[in-house]
Amino acid sequence: MIAAEPLLEVHNIETYYGLIAGVRGVSLEVPEGSIVTILGANGAGKTTVLKTICGAMVPNKGSVRFAGQDIAGRDPDRITRLGIAHVPEGREVFPFLTTEENLKMGAFTCNSSTVKTEIYRIYEYFPMLKEHRKLAAGYLSGGQQQMLAVGRALMLRPKLMLLDEPSLGLSPKLVHSISEVIESINQDQGVTVLLVEQNAQMALNIADYGYILDNGRVVMEDSTTRLSKTADVQEFYLGKKAISVRGKRRWKQRKTWR
Amino acid sequence: MDTFFQLLLSGIAQGCVYGLVAIGFVLIYKATEMVNFAQGDIMMLGAFITITLINHLDWNYFLAVVTAIGAMGLFGLALERVLLRRMIGESPFAVLMVTIGLGFVLRSVAGMIWGHDSQSILTPYTDLPPLRFGEVVFPVADVVVVGATVVLCGLTFLFFRYTRFGVAMQATSQNQLAASYVGISVKRVVGVSWALAAAFAAIAGILLLPLKSAYPHVGLVLGIKAFAAAIVGGFGSLPGAMIGGLAIGLVEIFTKYWIDDIVQFSVSETSVYILLLLMLIVRPSGIFTSMQRKKV
Ligand SMILES: Nc1ncnc2c1ncn2[C@@H]1O[C@H](COP(=O)(O)OP(=O)(O)OP(=O)(O)O)[C@@H](O)[C@H]1O
Ligand SMILES: [Mg+2]
Repeated sequence: MIAAEPLLEVHNIETYYGLIAGVRGVSLEVPEGSIVTILGANGAGKTTVLKTICGAMVPNKGSVRFAGQDIAGRDPDRITRLGIAHVPEGREVFPFLTTEENLKMGAFTCNSSTVKTEIYRIYEYFPMLKEHRKLAAGYLSGGQQQMLAVGRALMLRPKLMLLDEPSLGLSPKLVHSISEVIESINQDQGVTVLLVEQNAQMALNIADYGYILDNGRVVMEDSTTRLSKTADVQEFYLGKKAISVRGKRRWKQRKTWR
Repeated sequence: MDTFFQLLLSGIAQGCVYGLVAIGFVLIYKATEMVNFAQGDIMMLGAFITITLINHLDWNYFLAVVTAIGAMGLFGLALERVLLRRMIGESPFAVLMVTIGLGFVLRSVAGMIWGHDSQSILTPYTDLPPLRFGEVVFPVADVVVVGATVVLCGLTFLFFRYTRFGVAMQATSQNQLAASYVGISVKRVVGVSWALAAAFAAIAGILLLPLKSAYPHVGLVLGIKAFAAAIVGGFGSLPGAMIGGLAIGLVEIFTKYWIDDIVQFSVSETSVYILLLLMLIVRPSGIFTSMQRKKV
């Protein structure tokens, strides 16, 4: 077999907010079936990369290829129809729709006959959503809204899932369960994942490959096994220096297991 | 007491017309955060199209009504497409000027086509005897307005509550970005909102015709009152717009009957605006505020 084309191929994109560059020349590849992560400090351009892929922003330069088609500049709803689901930064739920209606909206573009079974699948991943199915999403806690945003994206049965800091503001236990969900949708359903994270430890644990972004550019890329061993990654991009000695020690221990 | 009930019904009927036009304001506002000040003039256009079909082309009443509503729906769609879509991202003031300008254009075009005289139509219910309940006499035209509005509100409720596209329209007004991420075409939602708003205005115009005749400026004052109704209702809620319309219709008719006679001048014309001011002072966000500000 010939080496397959990656499912998503971002080539040298430059995206601007007016005159401010959000991303200045980023290329990355997401092979089918893999989990790829993008790490980087605040303002590095991670969200901008995802927004460019999903069509919310139009790149001034460069191309975005998904499953063999150039999709840069298409409207977000058309890109969603191709099978790209997006969990945006900061729990963008529909506050006055119920939890269940939010989930149904996730399958807006899908055949309505499968929606019921899909919802039950989501409730298995996130039982707390089932408890609050009749509640307006605006009344869910922040973490519950984050679960809902992930569940809503899964309703699409996407080929590719873009996740923008899904662990933000979650308790350690929920971070763990989110990461389990991501792994399980990747392994059991073959969903390809592009994961943006501040929680580098979680991301490096579950991803196969990682890109490190700084100031709108890719400054490092490698398999996550090697990335987590790189001293630079620990020090500069994951902010390990700022973490307590105990944190550092734990990090070292983890390095030795690999 | 008999007059009370008769006034009540005709206030409600008039209020229904305000409410239907107000629903158009709210539909467009929820989808685009624009206020369409030509809403009343779109109502006038719907009324004149119906007049033309019935009086000049001799169409059957029901066929004419359905055609006029459909045509106005398409007109709303086209307005959004060719005029308002260009205004996305412009300042609210610029959008305001465009819709006010649109109102002027519609009124003067209507004047050129249909002249400035009042016109009306004969409906299948024009010659029906009024309904009598003891001493109380209810004109059929009023009853038809109320009945049609109730049916329409019911259908609207079902549409927004149970159809996929209806829920998607709600979702879009709550969080436009998230809506586009789940695959909802925001452009289509906006287009449908304009089409529905224009169709509601047309229905209001058609129902109004037997009560008051139509002339090119009929939508101007009525549009302002409907705008007041939308504000009383919180400007973000469809049921609120309807209730705001009823409130304005009732206040107007009762002040007209009870106060105008006593003080010997027309308080009723200003009563609507007094109500509006009171609402803004007492509950700045309206009665049925649609909760918090939406995310963009
Ligand atoms: N709406 C905006 N208007 C103007 N500039 C913006 C806007 N959003 C982001 N930027 C700029 O683009 C750059 C990249 O922002 P981006 O949101 O992609 O960063 P990020 O890596 O997602 O950061 P974080 O980890 O804090 O979410 C930043 O330097 C920021 O100043
Ligand atoms: Mg971000």
